[in-house]
Amino acid sequence: MLKEYKTVSEIVGPLMTVQGVEGVKFDELVDIELQTGERRRGQVLEINGDKAVVQLFEGSSGINLDETKVRFLGKPLSLDVSEDMIGRTFDGMGRVNDGGPDLIPEKSLDINGQAINPIAREYPDEFIQTGISTIDHLNTLVRGQKLPVFSGSGLPHKELAAQIARQASVTNKDEKFAVVFAAIGITFEEAEFFMNDFKETGAIDRSVLFINLANDPAIERIATPRMALTAAEYLAFEKDMHVLVIMTDMTNYAEALREISAARREVPGRRGYPGYLYTNLATLYERAGRLEGTKGSVTQIPILTMPEDDITHPIPDLTGYITEGQIILSRELYNQGYQPPIDVLPSLSRLKDKGTGEGKTREDHAPTMNQIFSAYAEGKEAKELSAVLGEAALSDSDKKYVEFTNKFEKEYVNQGNYTDRSIEETLDLGWDLLRVLPRPELKRIKDDMLDKYMPKGE
Amino acid sequence: MSKGTIVSVSGPLVTASGMETANIQDICRVGELGLIGEIIEMRGDVASIQVYEETSMVGPGETVETTGEALSVELAPGMISQMFDGIQRPLDEFMEKTQSNYLERGMTIAPLNRDKKWEFVPSVEVGTDLTEGDIVGTVQETNVIEHRIMVPYGVKGKLKSIETGSFTVTDTIYVLETDQGDKEFTMIQKWPVRQGRPIAEKLNPVEPLITGQRVIDTLFPVAKGGAAAVPGPFGAGKTVVQHQIAKWADVDLVVYVGCGERGNEMTDVINEFPELIDPNTGESIMARTVLIANTSNMPVAAREASIYTGITIAEYFRDMGYSVAIMADSTSRWAEALREMSGRLEEMPGDEGYPAYLGSRIAEYYERAGKVVSLGSTGREGSITAIGAVSPPGGDTSEPVTQNTLRVAKVFWGLDSSLAQRRHFPSINWLNSYSLYSNDMNSFVGSKLNVDWSGMVTHTKSLLQDESELQEIVRLVGVESLSERDRLKLVTARMVREDYLQQNAFDDVDTYTSRNKQYEMLNAILKYQQEAEKAMDLGAYYDEIIKGTEDVRERIGRMKFVPEEELSRIQEINTQIENDMKVVLEKGGVESDA
Ligand SMILES: Nc1ncnc2c1ncn2[C@@H]1O[C@H](COP(=O)(O)OP(=O)(O)OP(=O)(O)O)[C@@H](O)[C@H]1O
Ligand SMILES: Nc1ncnc2c1ncn2[C@@H]1O[C@H](COP(=O)(O)OP(=O)(O)O)[C@@H](O)[C@H]1O
Ligand SMILES: [Mg+2]
Ligand SMILES: [Mg+2]
Repeated sequence: MLKEYKTVSEIVGPLMTVQGVEGVKFDELVDIELQTGERRRGQVLEINGDKAVVQLFEGSSGINLDETKVRFLGKPLSLDVSEDMIGRTFDGMGRVNDGGPDLIPEKSLDINGQAINPIAREYPDEFIQTGISTIDHLNTLVRGQKLPVFSGSGLPHKELAAQIARQASVTNKDEKFAVVFAAIGITFEEAEFFMNDFKETGAIDRSVLFINLANDPAIERIATPRMALTAAEYLAFEKDMHVLVIMTDMTNYAEALREISAARREVPGRRGYPGYLYTNLATLYERAGRLEGTKGSVTQIPILTMPEDDITHPIPDLTGYITEGQIILSRELYNQGYQPPIDVLPSLSRLKDKGTGEGKTREDHAPTMNQIFSAYAEGKEAKELSAVLGEAALSDSDKKYVEFTNKFEKEYVNQGNYTDRSIEETLDLGWDLLRVLPRPELKRIKDDMLDKYMPKGE
Repeated sequence: MSKGTIVSVSGPLVTASGMETANIQDICRVGELGLIGEIIEMRGDVASIQVYEETSMVGPGETVETTGEALSVELAPGMISQMFDGIQRPLDEFMEKTQSNYLERGMTIAPLNRDKKWEFVPSVEVGTDLTEGDIVGTVQETNVIEHRIMVPYGVKGKLKSIETGSFTVTDTIYVLETDQGDKEFTMIQKWPVRQGRPIAEKLNPVEPLITGQRVIDTLFPVAKGGAAAVPGPFGAGKTVVQHQIAKWADVDLVVYVGCGERGNEMTDVINEFPELIDPNTGESIMARTVLIANTSNMPVAAREASIYTGITIAEYFRDMGYSVAIMADSTSRWAEALREMSGRLEEMPGDEGYPAYLGSRIAEYYERAGKVVSLGSTGREGSITAIGAVSPPGGDTSEPVTQNTLRVAKVFWGLDSSLAQRRHFPSINWLNSYSLYSNDMNSFVGSKLNVDWSGMVTHTKSLLQDESELQEIVRLVGVESLSERDRLKLVTARMVREDYLQQNAFDDVDTYTSRNKQYEMLNAILKYQQEAEKAMDLGAYYDEIIKGTEDVRERIGRMKFVPEEELSRIQEINTQIENDMKVVLEKGGVESDA
C-alpha cells in the first residue's frame, strides 16, 4: 500500500511542500486528496531529504494544510494510450472528457518521453503539399518538421492552421495519418472554431484532441503539450501513422512555466521567464521527427502569439532558435485584406532544401524561390523609397520591382483560405510574376532554366 | 573511491552526503540506475553532483559511488567518422546496445571500439630514449588521417620492446623501461577534458584558413590557429556557415560539436558528409571529421561537457602535428547550461543570470585554440582554429556571451537578419564584421598568388563603405542627385554584393570557391569599375555605359556558377569589358538621351 502523508507544511502559489516523506523520487506523480474529497494531481519538482516540493497541476485553491492527504504514486506522470484514442477528446491532463466510455489502454507512457538518439533520426525530406503557395514554394513544410506559426493577437493563425490541416497531403496518399490537436489555454470560441472545421471536413474522425481552455487550470498547461506529443509519438512510431500536431497557444505554456519559476523564486531570465526556457521548449519541439526503422512521422505546427507583435520576445525568439523555421503573419497584409497574410521575408523553412527540387517538387523550385525572395525584398524597398520621395524618384527597374511586388502580394500571397493550389500551379504562377522583371535581373536562376521556362522573345 | 547517499534531487543537480573522501570533478555513478555525474562542489561531506542523464525517478536514500577519475576522454584510433554524445559515448553503439531509438539511461559504453583491430606500424627502434609526445608508431586510421601514437604526458623511458601488426586499442603495443620499472602501453591514452593538453610552445598564426567562402576568405579571413565568433539571430545562417567551413576548410581534421542545437542538423551532417569530397584530398570529408552531438533535448549538464570533450580531441590531433578546426554550435547553449547549473547551486548571479565566471570560462576555451609546437623530442607544428556560433537573445549582441566572446576572438562574422531575409547568404554584414588577421592574411595570399591582393581587398572594402554612405543620400534626396561616378560606384558595389559576396551553399558549384577563382572573380568586377571610369574620363556617359555593358554584366553575374576547371571563362570577361567599353566610346553619345 502506498503511504499517505498528512504533513503538508507550506503552500505557495501552485507549489506545495510536504514534510517527513520517505522514498520519494524526483519527477514522481502525486495524488492529493482535499478535505472535500476532491482529488488533484501533482508532480515532485524537488526532493531534499524528507521534504518534497510538489507542483500542483490544478492549483492550490481550497487546499488545507492539516487535512489534505498526499500519496506518492511511484511513477512519473503518464498517459494511457491506445489506437482507440483517435476520434476522442481529452482534457489537458489526458482524461477522457467527451462523455464517452473510458479508454482501454494498450499501455501507459511517461509524458516526458525520452530524448531521441540523433543517430536514430531520419532526415525529414518528404514534401507536404499544403496547397498554400507561400508555404509550399517559399517556406516548404516536410514530414517530421517542426514549423511554428508566429502570430499576433487578432491575426488569423487559426484559419491558417485549419487550412493546413485540411489541405495537407503527400503524393503517396494511401498512408495512415492523424491530427493531434492540443488547445493550451485558448478561448472556448477558438477551440470551437477548430472543432467545427475538423467536423466539417471529417478530420475529426482521425483526430485526437487535448483541450485546456482559458478557464481551465493554468499549471495543467505544462502537461497538455506533453500529453499531445506522447499520443503523437505513440501513433507515429508504434502505429506507423503520419501525425500532424497542432499546439496552440505556446505563449500560454511558457506563462505557466514562468508562474512555477516565480513561485520557486528562481533567478529570472529575460522578461521574467526562467533561464531554462530554451531547454524546456526544446524538450517539446525536438519530439518532432522521423525515426529509423519506423514508418510514421510527427510533424509539429506550434502556434504562438507574439506579445506586442515583438519577435524578439523570449517566447518567439527561443522558439525560432529551436524549430526548423517559422511562418510569420503580417498585420500589414492582414489589414489590406490579404489571406493568408503570410509575411514571407522573415518566414523560413530550414528543411526546404532537401524536400524540394527534381523528383520531389520540380527542378525550378529553389531558383525561383530565391529569385522571388530577393525581388520581393527589392520591391518593398523601392516602395518605401517612393513613399518618401515620390514615384518619380524611382528608376525604370525600380518601377518593375514595385509592379512585381504588388502583383506578388495580390495574386500569389492572397490566395484565400479555401484555395488549394498544387505545387505546379504555384510554380507556374511564380514564373508569371517573374516575367514582369527584365531577364538580366533574374540572376538567381541559371540560363538553361530561364531558356526553358521563360523562352527568349516571349 | 567513496560511496555516499543521495540527499536531494532537483533536475540535473543531485547532492549526496558521506562523500568526504571524494574529490571535486570526480565522476560518479548516481542512484540505482547508475547515472553518470560529476562532482562540481563540496561542502563538508556533501557533494553537489551535476548529472549527465535525466534524473527522473531518482530520490534520496539511493547511493552514489565515485569512480575516482575526472571526466576524461579516451584518445586512440576509432574516433574519426564517429558521432559521440557530450561525454564521448559513441551514439551508434549506444543504439545497438539499447536496441532503442532513444537515449536510455545508465548505459556504459566504451568510447572506443574494443574489438576492432588496427594495423600498427612502429616508427622507433628498441633502445631509443623516448619522452612524452614522441611518436612511437602510426595507424592509418582513414585514407587521409595517419593516427600517430604518442608517448603519454609525464612518461619517459627507454623503449624495451615494440610490436608490429594488428592490434586492438587495449592490446599492449610497446614497453618502456622507466625509473619506476617497466611499463606497458596500449594505444589508448586518457585525458581529463577540463584541462588543456600541454604543449612546448605557442606560435603566432601566419597562414589563413581557406574556407572557400568568398566573404570570409576575402574580407574577414581567419588564421589557422585563430578564433572566430559567429553571432546572429535565428535563421541568419550560423549553422550553415559552420557546416560550410567543416566541409571545405583546408584543414587536416574537423571536430564538429553540436551543442544544444537541433537533432536533425546532426543527422544532416551524418548523411551528407560521407558523400562530399574534400577538394584538398579527393577523399570523403567524413574521413577527417569527428562529431560530438549533444542536442537541445539531451541532458543539459552533458551539454556543458561537450565542448570540452570536443576541444580535447582537437588538441590530441593537433599534438600529432595536424591543423584542426573545431566548430561549436552554439556556445550560447553551453553558456546557458553553465547558467542553469549555477542557478541551481544558488551562486550569486552576474549579468543576465550568468555566473560571474562566464567570461573566464569562455576565455579558457578559446585559449585552447592556437598554433603550437607540440611536446616531444622533435616537436611538431599543429594548430587549432576555433569557430564558435553565438545565439544572442533577440539578436541583440550587447549580451554577455557575445561580449565575452568578442574579447577573445579576433574575428567577428556578424550575421544580419535583414540580409538573411532578402536571402543574401552568407548574411555576414560587411560593414560591421572584422578580422584582426586581415592584414597578415592578405599579404600571405598576395605573395602566394603573386598579385596585389591587399590592394584589391582594401579597394573592395572602401567601395562597400562608400556605397552605404551614397545610399543614405539616395534615401534622402533620390538617385538623381548623385554624380555619374558615384552612380557607377553603386553599380559596382552592387556587383560586389550580389555577384561576389552572396554565395549559395546549396549550389553544387557555388558552394566552394578556390583562392584562384576568388581572385579571378573579384578582379573582373574591379576591372569593370576601372574600365568604366576610364571610359567616363574619355567622355562616355553613365547611361551609355550601363546600356552598352548589359551583356557583360550578366556574365559577371554568372561567374559564380563557372566550374573551377573552366576559370578561363572568367578571364575572358576581362577582354569583353575592354571591348564593350571601346564600343561605348565609339558610339559616343548617339543614344545617350534616349
Ligand atoms: N544582399 C543585398 N542585396 C542587395 N542590397 C543589399 C543587400 N544587403 C544590403 N543591401 C543594401 O544595403 C543596405 C544596408 O543594409 P541593411 O538592410 O542592413 O540596412 P537598412 O535596412 O538600410 O538599415 P536599417 O537596418 O537601419 O533599417 C540596404 O538598404 C540595402 O539596399
Ligand atoms: N550560404 C547559404 N546559402 C544558402 N542558404 C543559406 C546559406 N546560409 C543560410 N542559408 C539558409 O538560411 C537558413 C538558416 O540558416 P542556419 O545556419 O540554420 O541559421 P542559424 O543557425 O543562424 O539559425 C538555412 O536553412 C538556409 O536555408
Ligand atoms: Mg543554427
Ligand atoms: Mg533594414
